[in-house]
Amino acid sequence: MMSDILVIDDLRKSFATGFIPRQKEILRGVSLAVEPGEIFGYLGPNGAGKTTTLKCLLGLVFPDSGSLTIFGQPHLSLRARQRIGYLPESPYFYDHLTAFEFLDFYARLFGLKKKERGERISGLLERVGLADAGRIPLRKFSRGMLQRAGLAQALINDPDLLFLDEPLGGLDPIGRKELRDIILEQKKRGKTVFLCSHILQDIEMICDRVAILVSGRVVSSGRLRDLVSEKILFTEIEISGVKREDLLGLGESLAGQEGRVLLKVVGEEKVEEVLALVLRSRGRVHSLLPRSLTLEDLFLDMVKAS
Amino acid sequence: MRRIGIIALNTFREAVRDRVLYLLLFFAGATILLSRVLSLLTVGDRVKVVMDVGLAALSFFGALMAILIGTSLVFKEIDKKTIYTLMSKPLHRFEFLLGKFLGLALTLLVMISLMTVFFQAYLILLGRRGDGRVFLAALYIFLEVVLLTAVAILFSTFSTPILASLFSLSFFLIGHFSRGLQTLIRKVPAGFSRSSLRLLYLILPDLENFNLKTEVVHGLPIPANLLLTSAAYGLFYTLFILTLAVIIFRRRDFT
Repeated sequence: MMSDILVIDDLRKSFATGFIPRQKEILRGVSLAVEPGEIFGYLGPNGAGKTTTLKCLLGLVFPDSGSLTIFGQPHLSLRARQRIGYLPESPYFYDHLTAFEFLDFYARLFGLKKKERGERISGLLERVGLADAGRIPLRKFSRGMLQRAGLAQALINDPDLLFLDEPLGGLDPIGRKELRDIILEQKKRGKTVFLCSHILQDIEMICDRVAILVSGRVVSSGRLRDLVSEKILFTEIEISGVKREDLLGLGESLAGQEGRVLLKVVGEEKVEEVLALVLRSRGRVHSLLPRSLTLEDLFLDMVKAS
Repeated sequence: MRRIGIIALNTFREAVRDRVLYLLLFFAGATILLSRVLSLLTVGDRVKVVMDVGLAALSFFGALMAILIGTSLVFKEIDKKTIYTLMSKPLHRFEFLLGKFLGLALTLLVMISLMTVFFQAYLILLGRRGDGRVFLAALYIFLEVVLLTAVAILFSTFSTPILASLFSLSFFLIGHFSRGLQTLIRKVPAGFSRSSLRLLYLILPDLENFNLKTEVVHGLPIPANLLLTSAAYGLFYTLFILTLAVIIFRRRDFT
C-alpha cells in the first residue's frame, strides 16, 4: 500500500555458523507492512528472527534478498534514517560519556543546532526520569537507567517511526508503566511505533496490530482485536457444597481442594445449570471467570503449530 | 564532512579518556629522561645520544599508541554493540570509519606534540640550542603513525584486537626493515628473482621514508625533494589503506 510507512517484502537472510561454516536460514521470506500512526507489535519466541529483521531494516546486516522501504524510500537512505529512532535490545552505549554528552553526540548527527540540542536533551532527560543524572557518566548507570538513556537517544530526533527491541527488559514495574505511557504518547502525536517483544501482556495492552514470527516466517498478522476474539471460550467456576456426581455432564473438573471444585464449563446454558445446581444444593460459588482467547493462547498455538 | 567531524571528536574524546594512552605517554617521557643515563655510558657527543634515543622513543611510543588504540577502536564499537545505535542514525559507514581514523590521528597529533615539546625542553635543559629540525623529524614521525593508524583500523575491520595488533606490529617491523631488500636487489643477478624482489619491495611498506633521525641528530642536510616524496608516499599509502578498510567495512554484517 502506498501509504504504508514501512514495507518489508519477502525478506530473506541467512548466516554462516559453526567451525565448518554452514548457512543457517534465519529469515525465510518475511513480508509485512506498517501503517502510519499505529503501534505495531512484532512477536516471536527467542531465535525467531525478530532482531535480525530489525538489523536488516537498520542497515546493520545486509539481506540475501527481498526489499525494505521506509517512508517509501530504500531503507539505507539517509533521508529515511533522518526520521527514525531505534532502541536496541540491550543498552550498550559509550560509557566514557555523561548522559548529556551522549545525547548531544547523537543530536549533532541529526544536525540539530546548539540551542535546540540543549532544550531537547533537557526535555528528554526529564521525560525519561533522568533529569538529575545528566552529568553522570554512563558507566555509573544501572541497567534500568541505561534503558531510559537509550530511549532518550531513540527520541532525540523526534522520530516519525520508532523501532523498539524488547524495550521493557531491565525495567521495574514503574519503569514499564512509564515506558508504555511514552509509547502511547508517541501514538497520540501521530508517530508510528514498531515494537519487538515477547512480553505478550505489554503488547496486548498497547499494540494496534501484530505479526507473529516463528522460525523466520510470519505465521499470523492482523489487527489485535481480529486475531484475539472477544468471544467467551469457556467459563471457569469454583464451587463448594455440591456432590461431584451431580456435576457430571455439566463441565470438566479441573482441580479440587478442601471440598472445592474448579469446573471448566462451555456454553452459557451449562453455566446457568451449574449455578442453579449450587443454589439447590445450598452450596457456594467462590469465583466465576469467563475466559476469552488471549494473545498468549494465540501465540502458543502458533508456536506449537509451527 | 560534518558527520565525520562529529565522529572524530567523539573518538578523540574516547581516546584521551583511555588510561593506556597516559601509560604510554609516561613511558615515553621516562625513556627520554633515561636517555641521559645511556649517554653517560657512551663516548662522543652525549646530546646526540639523547637526541637519537629521544626521537626513537617518539617513533616507538607513537606507533604503539596508534596500534593499541587503533586496533581496538572499531572492534570495541562492534563488540560493545554501540555501533547498533550509531548506524541507525543518518550516517554512512565510510563516514564512521573516516571519523574514527581522523579522531585517532588528532589524538596522536596532540600526544606527539606533547612528547616533542617535552623532548625539546629537555634538550635545551641539557644545553643544546633549540633546533627546529626536531619538530620536522617529529612531523614525519606523525606521518608514519598516521599510516599505522590506517593500517590498525584496516585490520580491526575484520579481526580481533590481538590479531590486528600483531598484524599492525608486523607491518611496522617489516616497514622498517624492507629497505634491506634494496641491497639484496643490487646483489641478485638480473632476471626473475630480481624482478620478484623489486615487486615485493614495491608492495611492502617502507617506513624508513619517514625516518629523519640520522639527518637531524648529525646535522646533515635534508633535501627538499626527499621531504616531498616521503610526504606524498605517506599520504597515498594512507589513502590506499583507508580505501581498503572502507571496502571491507561497507559490506560487513554486524551480528
